[in-house]
Amino acid sequence: MMQASRHAGPADLPIGSDADLAWVRQQVRQAAAELGFGLVQQTKLVTAASELARNTLVHGGGGHVRITPLDAGSTHGLRLDFVDTGPGIRDLDQALTDGYTSGGGLGLGLSGAKRLVQEFEVDSRPGEGTTVTVTAWATVVPPSRTVP
Amino acid sequence: MQVSVSEENAEREPAAHQVSAFLERRREQIAQRWADAALFRTVFTVSRDEAVEAGRAVTAALAAVAATGRLDDLRAPGFEAVRDQLGRMAASRARTGMDLDGVAGEVAALREPVTELLRAEFPEPYAPEAQEAVLALTVLMGTLRLVVMETTVSAGEELIARQREQLHEVATPVIKLWESTVAVPLIGTLDSARSQVVMESLLDAIVAERARYAILDITGVPTVDSLVAQHLMKTVAAARLMGAECIVSGIRPAIAQTIVHLGIDLGTVLTRSSLADALAYALSEQGVEIAPLRAAGATADAGTR
Ligand SMILES: Nc1ncnc2c1ncn2[C@@H]1O[C@H](COP(=O)(O)OP(=O)(O)O)[C@@H](O)[C@H]1O
Ligand SMILES: [Mg+2]
Repeated sequence: MMQASRHAGPADLPIGSDADLAWVRQQVRQAAAELGFGLVQQTKLVTAASELARNTLVHGGGGHVRITPLDAGSTHGLRLDFVDTGPGIRDLDQALTDGYTSGGGLGLGLSGAKRLVQEFEVDSRPGEGTTVTVTAWATVVPPSRTVP
Repeated sequence: MQVSVSEENAEREPAAHQVSAFLERRREQIAQRWADAALFRTVFTVSRDEAVEAGRAVTAALAAVAATGRLDDLRAPGFEAVRDQLGRMAASRARTGMDLDGVAGEVAALREPVTELLRAEFPEPYAPEAQEAVLALTVLMGTLRLVVMETTVSAGEELIARQREQLHEVATPVIKLWESTVAVPLIGTLDSARSQVVMESLLDAIVAERARYAILDITGVPTVDSLVAQHLMKTVAAARLMGAECIVSGIRPAIAQTIVHLGIDLGTVLTRSSLADALAYALSEQGVEIAPLRAAGATADAGTR
């Protein structure tokens, strides 16, 4: 993992309703854009955030997300911690299997989000809650120089 | 009833706990009554359930504050849980042109129904214990009013942005593009409630217009996650059952890549990159040819061919 120092202060947003989810997506998109994420990267991160925030709401019974900008010298990143105090995930391998859902979803949220970001970590304790942490980095494309 | 808010808190401790227990116990009834009060009714216009839900949250917060005995403390931790919600409600009222005094008045009006319920808990509604509990509740409701006003004033900008975002989530028109062809340009967030509306109006239009082709254009949908994809696929399946073929258009390149990474298989769904392409497809399937009136570059002169 990259050595990273904080770029600006983290921000906490509540996740308690569908309206909150819309707000989370918008704030993540804005933060990613400010850090220089390209359009595809923004879209990937926002989509991952949408999946994880909805899990926090639907499966975790609500919670919050902490948005932390990261600064690792030449590149900037964004870390998102989705925190709930819900039932937890008993079988993480199963939950991360494509198509597994305990509800009526597509079962692609957790596994899909993992594929959409660079770093992905789940800390879950049955009966205590779940924290899913993802990090994405803006890939820095060096300014192109055409050599004559 | 005249109440001085500056009386000593200590004397009210037992009353505060009594009020807390009452709020816990009667949370459902209070939320139900508040759902019909002006403040909740006018903010949650779409569904009464939402109003009730909000009422529950506020009641729970008040119970938490009362349990600590700090009835007139604006900073009591219990309020934190609903500060955001209250701010949103107040901002929503502000958007309809109501001023701060008006909002404060509506919050004040929440007291009456709770007070009635509280009095009803006592065998003697006007006995001294009842009066004391009502006094505690009155102080607490006064504090709630101050919290709302404070939130309204301080949260201005963020709330305006939030409201603007939600404004995008208005009803969705179904447009008849051609004989047997209807289209819905989707704009904004496709949450469950809204996609239900979309599906229903699309199916209605398919019946009304005897449509054989239905175009769902998602150019204006910023995020397609698995839930949105699931809604789209359900809508396509439902349209098929009604005898119409559905075409999803406007999937932008960034979204296409993201959908693939998510692992969503839209293989069974007919897609076209733009609304124009989708319409062209629907027309050609119906044997309608589109051709320019003249070769490109010629001046517009629709009269001659
Ligand atoms: N925050 C959470 N708390 C508890 N369980 C969760 C949480 N997130 C995911 N899960 C479990 O993992 C399963 C898979 O999640 P996901 O891939 O997002 O699929 P879906 O949300 O469509 O069911 C869920 O059905 C649920 O059982
Ligand atoms: Mg999910």
